[in-house]
Amino acid sequence: MNAPLTNTYAWPDEQGRFGPYGGRFVPETLMPLIHELGAAYQAAKADPTFQEELDGYLKYYVGRESPLYHAERLTEHFGGARVWLKREDLNHTGAHKINNCMGQILLARRMGKTRIIAETGAGQHGVASATVCARFDLPCTVYMGAVDVERQQPNVFRMKLLGAEVNAVTAGAATLKDAMNEAMRDWVTNVANTYYIIGTAAGPAPYPEMVRDFQSVIGKEIKKQSMEQIGHLPQAVVACIGGGSNAIGAMHPFVNDEGVRLIGVEAAGHGLDVDNGHAASLKGGRPGVLHGNRTYLLQDADGQILEGHSISAGLDYPGIGPEHAWLNDLGRGEYRSATDAEALEAFQMISKLEGIIPALEPSHALARAGEIAREVGKGGDIVVVLSGRGDKDIFTVAKHLGVEL
Amino acid sequence: MTTARIDARFAELKAQGRAGFIPYVMTGDPSRDEALEILKGLPAAGADIIELGLAFSDPMAEGPPIQRAALRGLKAGMTLRGTLDLVAEFRKSDDTTPLILMGYLNPVESYGYARFAKEAAEAGVDGLIAVDCPPEEAGDLAAAMDAEQISLIRLATPTSDDARLATIVQGTSGFVYYVSVAGVTGVLEAQASSVAPAVERVRKASGLPVAVGFGVKTPERAAEIARVADAVVVGSVLVDEVAAALQGGQSAVTRVLDKVRELSTAVRGARTSASVAETV
Repeated sequence: MNAPLTNTYAWPDEQGRFGPYGGRFVPETLMPLIHELGAAYQAAKADPTFQEELDGYLKYYVGRESPLYHAERLTEHFGGARVWLKREDLNHTGAHKINNCMGQILLARRMGKTRIIAETGAGQHGVASATVCARFDLPCTVYMGAVDVERQQPNVFRMKLLGAEVNAVTAGAATLKDAMNEAMRDWVTNVANTYYIIGTAAGPAPYPEMVRDFQSVIGKEIKKQSMEQIGHLPQAVVACIGGGSNAIGAMHPFVNDEGVRLIGVEAAGHGLDVDNGHAASLKGGRPGVLHGNRTYLLQDADGQILEGHSISAGLDYPGIGPEHAWLNDLGRGEYRSATDAEALEAFQMISKLEGIIPALEPSHALARAGEIAREVGKGGDIVVVLSGRGDKDIFTVAKHLGVEL
Repeated sequence: MTTARIDARFAELKAQGRAGFIPYVMTGDPSRDEALEILKGLPAAGADIIELGLAFSDPMAEGPPIQRAALRGLKAGMTLRGTLDLVAEFRKSDDTTPLILMGYLNPVESYGYARFAKEAAEAGVDGLIAVDCPPEEAGDLAAAMDAEQISLIRLATPTSDDARLATIVQGTSGFVYYVSVAGVTGVLEAQASSVAPAVERVRKASGLPVAVGFGVKTPERAAEIARVADAVVVGSVLVDEVAAALQGGQSAVTRVLDKVRELSTAVRGARTSASVAETV
């Protein structure tokens, strides 16, 4: 069990590709910088002092490691394998996003960049970016779709409290993809001094690899903790996927452990059969090029990008990290989906059974956890990444339940 | 590879001792029929080469004017195949003005590189600029275009050093597009003083004519650039003429072509007036 695969997985390649996915599809103005960033990241990755510095901040500022929690009541409720929750909701700022932001801000400092930009959908990555910028005294501009600014006022205020400038993007459909376009436009314009902290494991190389590496702290801890607490590796690791950064961070350290199933859960919104009514790029999209990488996209017959829909603003993105696209094609990753209604039900169930209010994003993973626990069966163990806490979502949930706050 | 129309046009311009004028207009903007009328009117209004924008929902290197133009084109129902039909229609009245499509990779990839190249060649397209496809990613696309003798036009920018230029110009043909400002289209203004040495470097590295765009908004600026470049591209102010026409209930065709006349006159007269100025 858990024997390494004979062909060891070692992606991306030199071109920043995961099989046919990934790459560097950016305007020429950015290409020299993309190469410089790639070289700077590889140098940092190979430098033990960089990793030590990062580990220090992750421990004392972020509060790692995060617990691997045995959810006994959930286990009993599902009636299958033991269910463990990886508690990323207990990190500083309440989600896994900070793991990546801490890594990237240290890299930006190392590169001598003096200005930070970021995109955000629900505002979680924006808050995490604003947080590390406050900590390291760097000016921060966050691009956020005007529609999202309206929907996520508490996070907008948090970012402003932290000293960030929040730019409401009215271009296009005024949501996350447009915020990312606008951040790219800023980057092209201010290429010399500006560092762009992309929030998910997507975008041009080296971002998918870099964000994966920074988020891999999740999977490495799961590995160590499961050996300590369970005595062996889990039979499955389960995580939700928008762009897929918490999922790839949890999965990647296990990719060569054959006995561990790696399961990602996409947002099926109103249902995969509803036209433009979901955000499941893998199961309801097809490969294309957007935001610097080739990957599965929600797009129409003419290659125009669709908006997609999910109750969770953090999963509402028309693409997915290129490494998930590749793991899907290889069959190493299993990808499923959960609808808005299923996520809402899981959200309430976990709150009541475990006393933990999860974010709507991991509620999608939790919605599939029961069937996975039963597939694995009693005596087995599955780990579900609880990628963030649900405080930010109480207004959305209340609205869907018809409750006035 | 033959880039017959493009090479012939630059040869003519060289013989005439002047820079070319390249208007950029958006497909289907504000409607299919008006876009076709604009296309047909461009050569007489002074266009030496035409750039036709392919509408994309997420144009990451464009400023607000071209973003809005793309959305208008899409709203008017324009598709990639629809754009090729426009070009084919245009070719019925003009077989000499080079026509370059400029856009983003995904609609082309979605269509299929080989199918796109074949149908674009049949329609009479001479070149393609894929803004988000740098040389590192262009292998398959370049092969498909080569097979149909369509030029894959490359972009050089203020961030391109000599080593990067060498990569950019490999296997390119027709001309090189120099992006005169680090930024998106239609926001910053190009400075002729910094453009001149850059154009010289690109010419030397590529052995090809150099067209300059991304920051040219006025006839005066166009004339300045025309003194140092082989061609001048203007886009954002032209698509803004469409927007203004819609707003004011005027003819988009008339407004765009009037603006093209104004700009092309400035470009055509640039070197003459400069030499006059020098003589005086």
